[in-house]
Amino acid sequence: MTKTKKKVDVWTLISLTILALYGLFLLYPLFKLLLESIYKNGAFTFQYFAKFFSNPYYGTTLVHSFKLSLAATVFSLILGVPLAYLYNMYEIKGRALVQIIIVLCCMSAPFIGAYAWVQLRGNNGIITRWIAGLIGHKPPSIYGFRGIVTVLTLQLFPLVHMLVSGALKNVDNSLLEASENMGVTGVKRFFKVVIPLCMPTILAAALLVFMRAFADYGTPLLIGQGYQTFPVIIYNEYFGETGTDHNFAAAVAVIAIVITAVIFLFQKWLSNRFEFHMNALHPIEMKQAHGLKNFLIHLYVYLVVGLAFMPQVYVMYCSFRATSGKIFVKGFATTSYQKIARDVPLAVRNTFVIGLIALAAVILLAILIAYLVVRRRSKLNDVIDTASMIPYIIPGSVVGIALVIAFNRKPLVLTGTAFIMVVALCIRRIPYTIRSSVAILQQIPITVEEAAISLGCSKLEAFFKATVPMMANGVLSGAILSWVTIITELSTGVILYNRNTITLTLAIYTQVSRGSDGPAAAFATILNVLTVVSMLIFMKFSKTKDISF
Amino acid sequence: MSVKIIVKDAVKKYGDNTVIPDLSLDIKEGEFFTLLGPSGCGKTTLLRMIAGFNSIEGGDIYFNDRRINDLDPAKRNIGMVFQNYAIFPHLTVRDNVAFGLKQKKMDKKTIAEQTDKFMKLMHIDEYADRMPERLSGGQQQRVALARALVIQPDVLLMDEPLSNLDAKLRVEMRTVIKEIQHNVGITTVYVTHDQEEAMAVSDRIAVMNLGEIQQIGSPKTLYQRPANLFVSSFIGRTNIMDGKLRVNGGQTVLELEQGYQAVMNNVRPECQKDQDVKVSIRPEEFVINTEGKGIGAVIDDSVFLGLNTHYFVTTDSGVKAEIVQESMIDSILPQGMKIYLTVKSEKINVLTEDGSMNILTGVLNDKPE
Repeated sequence: MTKTKKKVDVWTLISLTILALYGLFLLYPLFKLLLESIYKNGAFTFQYFAKFFSNPYYGTTLVHSFKLSLAATVFSLILGVPLAYLYNMYEIKGRALVQIIIVLCCMSAPFIGAYAWVQLRGNNGIITRWIAGLIGHKPPSIYGFRGIVTVLTLQLFPLVHMLVSGALKNVDNSLLEASENMGVTGVKRFFKVVIPLCMPTILAAALLVFMRAFADYGTPLLIGQGYQTFPVIIYNEYFGETGTDHNFAAAVAVIAIVITAVIFLFQKWLSNRFEFHMNALHPIEMKQAHGLKNFLIHLYVYLVVGLAFMPQVYVMYCSFRATSGKIFVKGFATTSYQKIARDVPLAVRNTFVIGLIALAAVILLAILIAYLVVRRRSKLNDVIDTASMIPYIIPGSVVGIALVIAFNRKPLVLTGTAFIMVVALCIRRIPYTIRSSVAILQQIPITVEEAAISLGCSKLEAFFKATVPMMANGVLSGAILSWVTIITELSTGVILYNRNTITLTLAIYTQVSRGSDGPAAAFATILNVLTVVSMLIFMKFSKTKDISF
Repeated sequence: MSVKIIVKDAVKKYGDNTVIPDLSLDIKEGEFFTLLGPSGCGKTTLLRMIAGFNSIEGGDIYFNDRRINDLDPAKRNIGMVFQNYAIFPHLTVRDNVAFGLKQKKMDKKTIAEQTDKFMKLMHIDEYADRMPERLSGGQQQRVALARALVIQPDVLLMDEPLSNLDAKLRVEMRTVIKEIQHNVGITTVYVTHDQEEAMAVSDRIAVMNLGEIQQIGSPKTLYQRPANLFVSSFIGRTNIMDGKLRVNGGQTVLELEQGYQAVMNNVRPECQKDQDVKVSIRPEEFVINTEGKGIGAVIDDSVFLGLNTHYFVTTDSGVKAEIVQESMIDSILPQGMKIYLTVKSEKINVLTEDGSMNILTGVLNDKPE
């Protein structure tokens, strides 16, 4: 609604700028990707799609990916929802530590988990040998379907935990008391009251887990042993050692987008049927459980969190093991750290510089977009709203490939720059930050801004002086998670990085792919330490002790 | 400097939905003017059009001679108090009050002086350095008022400022608001759905319904001579009864049920003809007797409220009515008792059968034609 017809509203300018950014860095690359998949040597062709659908091998990978993602989603929910419930309903000793570990778990790159599980439960893994010694024969293999599902579940259930915890914080204690009054308690209450109340969030978590599992290629690559999945084809066809086919990779990427879009729409349809809003006046009060109950609660929490954290611990342990060449030998040493000492400063610097710039851009853009979407509904801003949600459904590697296709030749060459990595991170992270910013903004009455305007502020001044400070706390608690996701982002980075823009996560990846386990572990340890330190700093300075999605 | 506000043929639409079809009113300089009506009647919409937060789809709004339709809200020099106070939660009381002055880039000394002056005026100076979340609702209200007034606005706009307070505080704050308004002498537009609150604070009230003004007048006018059925039932309590008007040789007689007749001396000459009418009788405009004079009725229930006693009765023809009497020392009339009712004919109001117009003389309506 423009009040002055002659002057252009400052928010209209912001809308147009943001739309231009989306056009250039998201829609244009996606268009190029689509073009690549159907256009070859000056003519349109559907041969690449035909190739995919005519060869049953590719169809099988699709089925594999579906089965994997579905299984990982179901198991993540089975582990994560009860964890969130217990964690938020009862006093847990070492709560802060558990919180940090959970964030660490869901933020580490999946391939680290896969890699560590191979070391632990592979054919010659420590645990495998231990169990074999105990029961006299080898336990079932970790490789293949089972292994991928295990690793993905342990990787992703913490995500479910975090999202559902957020929902539980909005459940009013009186709802639980009311159900107790009516005789619904304990497990019955969990299934009849708590689960339905959290249903919208559980569905959102399911989508997130499914999408991540579907897009992940590091885990199947390391632990799949021939169990081929869909994203691996994209990666191999684009960056493989032999016989790459960029057009075919693009076609597969387009198919991937279509599939994830369908899943996204299905989830939207499903969650619309459960749509309602809660705002707790009296949040749930944690209770102290006693006796056996208390013991079992702690056992469950420590067990699942411990299991999820085990690969990390193992990797950190490995970083201090003595090495000979690329192989670990008996004893401890800092040789792994010495080997990477020369590369660490650059990787750390890149992690911070690229990460902080991306974080700042993400927050600024997200609150501006949230504002446009919530407070300035218009056709233009609806387009922005829709565009901002597109990255939800695009696997990270596809974002990476699309950016490469769009910006690796004139007129705009950006590949190999830190800038393109910032762009990729923004695209990946913005949808989440927008959603949380929108939720925060909806809680803030518009009258506060109008009060500022009636006291003489311009529209932009009112936004920055009244609305933004009120959003700050909520946005900050989302920012720490953005930060952790940004510094541990792999899927786009691995496609876009080069020697000069390598980050810690990418350094781990390159070391793993070279088979240098020691240095990889050392890099991973450094990354973990940095993650923990940034979270501790955040928890110290932020008013809310919560880390929210 | 205070201004007069003129709203001329204002139209407000949301898409195809017309909320205010055509509205005009004049607010005098320094006046305490209230927009009163049920929720959804368009009163807040109109206030926000004056404030500049709502666009205007037709007509004009003037502050004195200046047309402000397209003027940025920040430049209208208005002080606004919101229903939820809209206090900045991240600023102290002092910074909240000083916000508008800082925005005007005044020098530090003036800002400090003015801020202190208005905090004292509103009795919030002792909380100057507190954060708003540590204030009670009434105190927050005072901060909001101080913040709105300190910038010396031309107009003070208040949107249901008391609706979030408890009943006792509401009565206290409305006295405060009226006093301050009187002292500062600023043109004030006040929105409320609470007719008692409106009567307590206003110089004049505009009663609104469905986006249209029903009547504009002083609280006394609205109560005693409402312009139509809506106003008569929205302002105060009233009993609506069917009646017949009979003109018999120069005398106009109102006939109510059971043949009860009252002589009416104040029917407008042009309306003096035989017709069906609606009669609005306020609870205190009934007189109870036990001598069999007037409308027969049976007492269903009574409520003793100290000063007055309310009786709920059903007339012999089955109409429910409420009657208020000054409480008597000896006794309350018992349930089931048969009584008879007459009316104070100089006080009751007679309306056309469709309720659109009061047909008595002395109805004042400032609504511009």
